[in-house]
Parts: sequence; C-alpha cells; structure tokens
Amino acid sequence: MMTKTAQYQGSAQYIVSDELRNSVNIAIALGKPLLIKGEPGTGKTMLAQSIAEALAKELIIWNIKSTTKAQEGLYVYDTVQRLYDSQFQDHDVSNIKQYIKNGKLGEAFQSHAQVVLLIDEIDKADLEFPNDLLWELDQMSYYIPETKETITARTRPIVIITSNAEKELPDAFLRRCIFHYIAFPDPNEMQRIIKVHHPHLDKRLLEQAMETFYMLRNLNNIQKKPSTSELIDWLQALVVGGISPNKIKQDIPFLGVLLKKNEDLDLLLNGLQGKTQNRSTPRSSMWGR
Amino acid sequence: MFTEFYYYLKDFGVPVSFNEWQDLMNALDQGMAGSSLTGFYYLGRALLVKSEAHYDRFDLALASYFQDVEAVEGLPEKIWEWLNREVPPLEITEAMRQNHHRLDIEEMKRMLAERLAEQTQQHHGGNRWVGTGGTSPFGHSGYHPGGIRIGGDTRSLSAVKVAGMRRFQEFRTDETLGVRQFQLALRKLRQFTTRLDGAREELDLEGTVDQTCQNAGRLELKWARPRVNSMKVMLLMDAGGSMWPYTRLCNQLFTAVHKSSHFKDLKTFYFHNCIYDWLYNDPSCSQRDYVDTEYILRTCDSNYRVIIVGDASMGYAELMRPGGIIDWDLHNDQAGIEWLRRLRQHFEYSVWLNPIPSRYWARMEGAFTIGAIRKVFPMEELTVEGLERSIRKRKSRSRAGEESKLVY
Repeated sequence: MMTKTAQYQGSAQYIVSDELRNSVNIAIALGKPLLIKGEPGTGKTMLAQSIAEALAKELIIWNIKSTTKAQEGLYVYDTVQRLYDSQFQDHDVSNIKQYIKNGKLGEAFQSHAQVVLLIDEIDKADLEFPNDLLWELDQMSYYIPETKETITARTRPIVIITSNAEKELPDAFLRRCIFHYIAFPDPNEMQRIIKVHHPHLDKRLLEQAMETFYMLRNLNNIQKKPSTSELIDWLQALVVGGISPNKIKQDIPFLGVLLKKNEDLDLLLNGLQGKTQNRSTPRSSMWGR
Repeated sequence: MFTEFYYYLKDFGVPVSFNEWQDLMNALDQGMAGSSLTGFYYLGRALLVKSEAHYDRFDLALASYFQDVEAVEGLPEKIWEWLNREVPPLEITEAMRQNHHRLDIEEMKRMLAERLAEQTQQHHGGNRWVGTGGTSPFGHSGYHPGGIRIGGDTRSLSAVKVAGMRRFQEFRTDETLGVRQFQLALRKLRQFTTRLDGAREELDLEGTVDQTCQNAGRLELKWARPRVNSMKVMLLMDAGGSMWPYTRLCNQLFTAVHKSSHFKDLKTFYFHNCIYDWLYNDPSCSQRDYVDTEYILRTCDSNYRVIIVGDASMGYAELMRPGGIIDWDLHNDQAGIEWLRRLRQHFEYSVWLNPIPSRYWARMEGAFTIGAIRKVFPMEELTVEGLERSIRKRKSRSRAGEESKLVY
C-alpha cells in the first residue's frame, strides 16, 4: 500500500503513535492538509518538524496570530513602498512584481521540491480565517490580480495544521482536512517519550514523578491540566534540584512548574491539607526549596 | 460499497458529508486501507471524523455496522468491547428508536395535544399560573420521545422528570408580531465602532491626501484603525418542559435574533431547566448532539454577549446539588449553580431573560431558584422593555461595583 509517496515512520526525537502515523501517511498520500488537535503540550508542532526531518524536506512555518489575515500567507502587495519609490523616481515602479512579496503559503507553493508547511495554531486567528484559505488549500493555487498571474504549487506541499481548540473551525474547512486528535499519552507511552528527553533518569524518581503527575491530572476541577511538556520541565527541575525520590509524592516540589493557575494551586493545597491534617504540611514547603 | 455505513454514521450522529465519503472511496480504491478492518477503521476515522467529540460515535457506528462480520484480525480493542458486551446505553437507544418508529410524528403530536387539552381542564379551577411553577407543567405525566415513562419523584418541586418533546421544533418560523420590536431592541447591541485596541493598519486615504497636500505634495501617510464589527452573541435557551407556555414569546426573540444580520457571530444552544456539563445543539436536547460547556468556556472569549432565556424555576436539587440534573440517565458532578457562576464569571456581558412577569418572581413555586439565579445573573423580563433595559443597564445587582450590561 502507498508505494508512490513517501512514508513517514516517526523519528528518533519524536515518539509517534500508530494512529498518528497512519493519519500522517493518509494525508500525504491524498495530498490533503492534516489538522492536528490536542491538548497543549502534546507535541503538535513537533510533529511537523519530525515529518520534515524524517522525509528530509524543508520545513516552512507559518505562525498564526490573532491579527493574521489569510491574504498575508499568499502575498502582500507593498503599495506604500511603491508610492514612496515613485516620489523619488530613482526606481522603476512600473514593474509591480518587485512589490509583490510572497507569504509563507506562497513560498511553499513556489518551492521546487516538496516542502512541509506547518500552519501553527490556526485557531488563534479570526473566525473567518480558515474559510479564506479554502480554495488555496484545496487547489493549491491562487491568483494575483495585480500582475494577472496564477501561482500554482509545483508539488503539493505536505500541510500540517495545528489547533489548540480555542475556537471552533468552520465545517467547510474541516471537510477538506484529514483530522487527528492527539490523545493524552498513557503512562507507558509517556515513559517512552520521557526516555527521549531524559535518557538517564533514576528509575525511582521517574516512577514517583509519573505517579504524582497522573494524580494531579486526574484531580477533578483542575482548570489547566499539566501536560507532557510541563512534565518534562518538571523532571528537569527535579534532577537539577537534586530532589530525593521519596519526597516527590509527599511535598510535590516545584509545583509551580506543573500547575500554572492560582485556582488550581489553591485547590490542590486545600485538598492536601484536608487529607493530611495531622501531618504538618506548611504551605511554603509545597513550593520546594 | 459500504454505502449503508454512511447512513449508520449519520444515524449515530457523525456529521459526514458526501465529499468526505467520496474521499474515503477514493482512498479505498488506492488500497489505502490495506484490505484490513483495522486499516479501514483508521482510514475512515481520519477522513470522516472531524472532532474528537465524535470519535466515540464513529466507534459505535462501526461496531454496529460490522456486528456480523467475522473478522480474523484485530480490531481496536474498544470496538471489540462494544461488540462483545451487551451495553446498556446501546440497548436503550435501540429500544428507543424502535418505539420511536412505531409512533409517527403526527400521532405523537395528536397525543400531546390530547394530553394538553386534558391538562388545561384540570388546572382551570386552580392556580392561574398553569405550568409556571415547578419544572413540569403537565403534572403527572412525563413524556419521552421514546415513550419511556419515568415514575414520580418525591424530591422537592419536581413532581415528575420530564424529558423534552421537540417543543421548539418550529422555532424558526417567522413570527411577525413582536419580532420587529425585538429586532429594534437588538439593534442597540450593534457595535460598529472603531476598535480601541487594534493596530493602525489601514491606510487613511483622506487623511493621507490632506497631509500630502499640506506637505506641498510630499507624500505623508496616515494610518487608521480598521473598523471591525465585533458583536458576538450567544443565545442560551431553556427547552425544558416548564417553558412550554412561553414558546410563542421565545419564538419571537429567537426569530428576531436570527434575522439580525449585524452580528459577527451568533451561537444558539439549548439546555434543559439548568445548565450543566453540556449544552445542546437542538431544542430536543438530544443526547447525541451536544457540546461540552467547558468547551464553550474555553473557545468563546468573554466578549460574547450572552442572553440566557429560561424561567429559572426548577427543583431545589436541580440547581443546588451535584447529581440533581433532571434527565434521568445523566449525572452532573458540579451543581447547576456552579456552572451558572462559571458562565457569569467568564462572560461579563450576560443577562438572564425570564418569560415570567417579574411581579410573580418572588411568589411562585420557583421563587427559591429564581432568587438564587438572580444573585448570579442580572435578570430581566422577556419583553421588549426587559431586553432594552438589559442592554442599557449600568449597575449589576449581582456583584457590587461591577458593571453589567450587554453593551458598553
């Protein structure tokens, strides 16, 4: 199956589940954008890097902000520069082409070899943004009225789109994508992921830290659950801080690395204090050293 | 091939379109499923399912479609579980659907009408406010689309658990009387003003010409902030039983909101008596078509103007206790009032419109819950004046010092 196109198998730096690998390969084979959704910190952005690396292709990243317009991804016609230039008359301004600047999408279309295009955090942009890209992503071409040119992709780029689920995406857009939701890794997968980042971790430390981590995640009413990247940072902090594995579950040092919201911290502190009333667990010790 | 599966998916509430189905067929032609059921599963899911919320429905649809297929190789474990286990929820839906088929819609309507006629007679002698008190206006007989009867409940107000008929089915019909007034009131929500915080990124042509002329022809550019329509409205409507007498009034507001084209975004959700973990996409409050309230809180920014329409009258437990939800097979971990507080905290421009005239708020059966909700949301009557008042209103009763209004 799928002999014509490149096959993605994951890379040394990135642990990929079978399901996700399947979805990536389906997207590549069908030439459709792959929409990746998932909790923050589950490695959505890293996936594109991993694909580019594994298939030895150039990676073009288009970071979306709340003010990003779809048009900017294609090209920008710098009328103002042209106006300025025309004033001093040291340029030939009749050639509009020199004032057309390619956006990231335009860049990806015009590249000679196939590239991996990452449209990162598409949900940051305006509600209409995804709809404005429908035709371009479908046909992989766009028209520049100023120069009467049509730009068509030489090779369909591998398009990876990530979303933090902060906004709902329009149905018409979703219909054109392959969709994959990165589920939160279970403890076994998590161990594999951690191995990539911290190959020489003390086994007991890891065990204790993982237990605490999943305990925190399973707490009810937590507003922002700690994610993979926070666990990795936390482990780093534990190692650098030289925390003894026995203390982790009791004291949860460097809690601020895992929980980022005041409400969550309070919730946990209240909960712990309720449970361990007899033991003296002063507030300050929760914060580590 | 598999065409029936397409309808299975639709039945189970996976919103598939023909285009996506075509894509799947193409992919199958290319041999991308590798002629295995597992391959088909992953391929189908990647192409047809566009939200993690629908993964489970897809699994269910697949399980019931391939029930009789003897697959030699491994399906994802979850599917096998579905296949092997006689799952109670699945059983109920089957039973419900069968029941549903037996009664056609006409017959159901007729039955409901009969029941209603009965009810009015019974109540004529007594309280004038038929159906406004308590959660179940129709007294003793709860009616479920599937024909499931649930026995009486002794707790506080809710005499009976009522599951919703499609009472708001004809919400979109064009109500003319009153609609225009509502529309005019809503127009005041319009906010076409210049954004205060936006970047100056639009070329101000007139300003530029002026400046350039003043500079004796040397170009000087003027920039302005683009004018953006940022009015976003969310309508949350109670589709519970006790709202039945106010259908017409709700219809008017609903039609008016939908006719108003000057909103940048308009979302409508339904709830049954009180808001818990889920909000429903259609007035029948079907448990297949919902979004998580949590998701709404996360995805909709606090600029949404939230209009909640409901009678706020319900049983004590429904509002104040975890697990107090009226629907018999659901459970809420957080009490309804907590959800309402969270909504209020998130959406600073929010108002509760109550179809019950305000002079009865303190005196009827639902007085306690009305009072409790009024402490969370500013409450107004569902009338043109009430809507206007909530738009104009400056001071909130609920939280001292904070301003509460739908428009700035």
